[in-house]
Amino acid sequence: MKGQPLQPLLRFGIEDADSPVVALAGNPNTGKTTIFNALTGLNQHTGNWPGKTVVQARGKYCYGGQEVILVDLPGTYSLLANSVEEQIARDFIYFGRPDATIVVADATCLERNLNLLLQVVEITPLVILCINLIDEARRKLIKIDFARLAERLGIPVVPASARTGEGLELLKKTVQDMISGKLKPSPKPIIYDGEVEGALHQILPEIKGILGDDATSRWLALRLLEGDETVLEGIQHYLLTDPPARLEEVFV
Amino acid sequence: MSADLGRILQRAQDLSCGQDAVRDKVVARLYQEAESLAREVVLTEKPARDWDSTIDDILTSKRYGYPSMLALLALVLWLTISGANMPSQLLARFLFAVEGWLSSLFLLLRAPDWLHGLLILGVYRCLAWVVSVMLPPMAIFFPLFTLLEDLGYLPRVAFNLDAFFQKAGAHGKQALTMSMGFGCNAAGVIACRIIESPRERLIAILTNNFVPCNGRFPTLIAMSNIFLGAAALNGGSILAVLLVAGLVVGGIAITLVVSRLLSSTLLKGIPSHFALELPPYRPPQVLQVIVRSVFDRTLFVLWRAVKVAAPAGAVAWALANIYVDGLSLLSHAAGFFEPLGRAMGLDGVILLAFILGLPANEIVIPIILMSYLSAGAMLELEGLPALRELLLANGWTWVTALNMMLFSLLHFPCGTTLLTIHKETQSWKWTALAALIPTAIGVALCFLAAQGARLVGLF
Repeated sequence: MKGQPLQPLLRFGIEDADSPVVALAGNPNTGKTTIFNALTGLNQHTGNWPGKTVVQARGKYCYGGQEVILVDLPGTYSLLANSVEEQIARDFIYFGRPDATIVVADATCLERNLNLLLQVVEITPLVILCINLIDEARRKLIKIDFARLAERLGIPVVPASARTGEGLELLKKTVQDMISGKLKPSPKPIIYDGEVEGALHQILPEIKGILGDDATSRWLALRLLEGDETVLEGIQHYLLTDPPARLEEVFV
Repeated sequence: MSADLGRILQRAQDLSCGQDAVRDKVVARLYQEAESLAREVVLTEKPARDWDSTIDDILTSKRYGYPSMLALLALVLWLTISGANMPSQLLARFLFAVEGWLSSLFLLLRAPDWLHGLLILGVYRCLAWVVSVMLPPMAIFFPLFTLLEDLGYLPRVAFNLDAFFQKAGAHGKQALTMSMGFGCNAAGVIACRIIESPRERLIAILTNNFVPCNGRFPTLIAMSNIFLGAAALNGGSILAVLLVAGLVVGGIAITLVVSRLLSSTLLKGIPSHFALELPPYRPPQVLQVIVRSVFDRTLFVLWRAVKVAAPAGAVAWALANIYVDGLSLLSHAAGFFEPLGRAMGLDGVILLAFILGLPANEIVIPIILMSYLSAGAMLELEGLPALRELLLANGWTWVTALNMMLFSLLHFPCGTTLLTIHKETQSWKWTALAALIPTAIGVALCFLAAQGARLVGLF
C-alpha cells in the first residue's frame, strides 16, 4: 500500500503529484485562505472535491527551485468526521498522505485552535503549526512563547501575519526543510486513560499485522475503538478500490 | 484485508463497551491537553479590555439581545423612510417634467397616438415610477444594511435567533439563511446548502420566503410611507417605521410557526447541533461599502426592476387600451379577480398585479399604478402626496394599504426563487408547496384583516 502515493491522491482529484503536496488545515476565520492566497498568488485552481459539493482550492508556489502543490482543506474545528468538511479534511490528511501539513491557528484564541492541531498530529507527524494573526494578538497584548510551544509539541511553530506578509518566508523555508527530510518532527503521542490505552494495546498489534508498522496505526486504532465506520469506508474507497487509470473515467 | 479490518472493528467494539464513552474520553483528553498547553505558552499581560466580548455581552445577551436587534432594525428603517421622502419627490418632479418634454417631442414629430401611449404613457411612465419610488429608499437602505453586515452583526442575529429555531425543530443555521433572505430569497434558498440534514434544509427552503427581500422592502416602505408616513400625517414616519418593523418581526414569527408545523408533520425529526463562531467586529470600510452596495445591490435591483418594468408598462398600457365588448382587457381581467380581491381587502387590480409580478416583485407597484393611470385618470403626478391621491381616488384606504403590505410579505415567491427552489430540491412537489404555503397564509390573513376591519366599520 505504501509506495503507491499516487493512487489515493488521484482519488482526491490531484493529478500532477510529481511535486510534493502540502495540505493547509485550520479552523474557520483563522486567515487560512489569506495564507493560501499569499503563498500561491494567482497560481490557483478551484473545483469541487470529487463527488462532494465542497470547494477544493489548490495552487502552486516555488521555493528554492522546488515546486510545491498546496491544497486548501475546508476550515474545520475538528477531524472527527461530524460533517462532510471534517471528513474531507481528515481523509485527505490520512489517505492522501501529504508531504507536510500546515495547521493555521489564530493567535488570539490559541487554545481553541490547538484542538485541531492535536488531532492532526495524531494522524501524521509531518505537521507545521503556523500561528497567524500575531499582529492582532500583539494589539490585544497577548504574548505567546513560540519556542516553548514548539518544544512541547515536538513540531516546528511559525508565527505569521498573513495580512502583512510577516513570517511567510520562514513558513516556506520550514515546509522545504520538512519535505527534504532535513527537519524530522517527533511529536509525543497523547496518552489516554488506562481503559482506552489497555484496549489500544490489544488491537494495535493486529492492525500493525495488516497495515504494517506505521506511525498512523495508533490513530486508526483509536478510530476503530470509537466505532467510527467512516474510516473503514475510507480504506475501502481510497486504498482498496482500483484507482481509475485516467482521470476521465472518474467522471463517466 | 477489509474483512480483517472489519473483524478488528468488531473486536474494538467489544473492548470499548459503548463507543460514545471512548469518543467522549478522547475528546475530553484533547481539550484538556489543549488547555494545559495554552496555559503554559500564552501570556496575557493584563486582562486586556476586550471590546468584542464587551459588546457581545450586550448585543447577544438574554436581556438586551432582542431589544437591541429591534432597535437597530427600527433605526435603519427610520433613516430610510425619513431620508427617502425628499429625494423621491425631487426625482418624480424631474422625471415627469421630462415626460412632458418627450410628449411635446412626439407631438412635434406627429407620431401616432398609440405609439405615444405605448412608449410614453406605458413604458416611460412605468419606469419613472419605479425609479422615483424605489431608488431613494434603496440607495439608503442597502448601504446601511451592508454596513451592518460588514461590522459583523449578522452572525449575532443568527446567534440570538438560534434558540428559537432549535425550539421550532429546525436547524440553528436557518437563522443565517433567513438573514440572507432579507437580501434576496433566491440567494437565501441557495444558502440553505450549508444545512446538511435534508429534512432541516427543506424546512429552511420552504420558509425562506417569509422575510421580505430587496424586491419587496421598497414596496413595504413606500406603502407605509404613503399611508402613514410624513406624506400622510405629521410625525407619521415613526408609525410607518413601526409598521414595517412589525411586519418584519411578524414574518420571522411566521417563519418559526411554519417551521414548527413542518417539523412536526411533513418533515419529522430531531434538530441537529452546530457550532457558530462569532467573528470579531471589524471597522467597516465605509467608502467600499457604499460603492459596493450601490453597484451590487441598489443598481442591480433597480436594473432588474427596469428590465421587467419596461415591457410590463407596455403590456399594462396595451391591456388597458385594447377594448373588447366595450371594456378594456385590463378591466376584464381585473373584474375577474375583483370578488376575491375585495374579500381580501384588496381589489382585482392589485391581485392581478401580484400575478403579473411573478417574474419580479419589484414591478407590482408599477403595474398597479399603470393600471389606475391608464384607466383614464390622467393625473399629473408629483411625488408621494400625488401618488396617495391617485390611490385614494381608486378606493384605497389604509386597510387596503395594510393588506397590500401583508400580501406582499405573504405570497408566492418570485419566479427566480421558485426556479431556484426547484433546482435545489429537484422536486416540483416541494416547489409547489413553497408557493402554496405562503399564498394560503397571505390570503387567510388578508381575509381576516379585511373582515375584521369591516366588522369594526373601518372599510
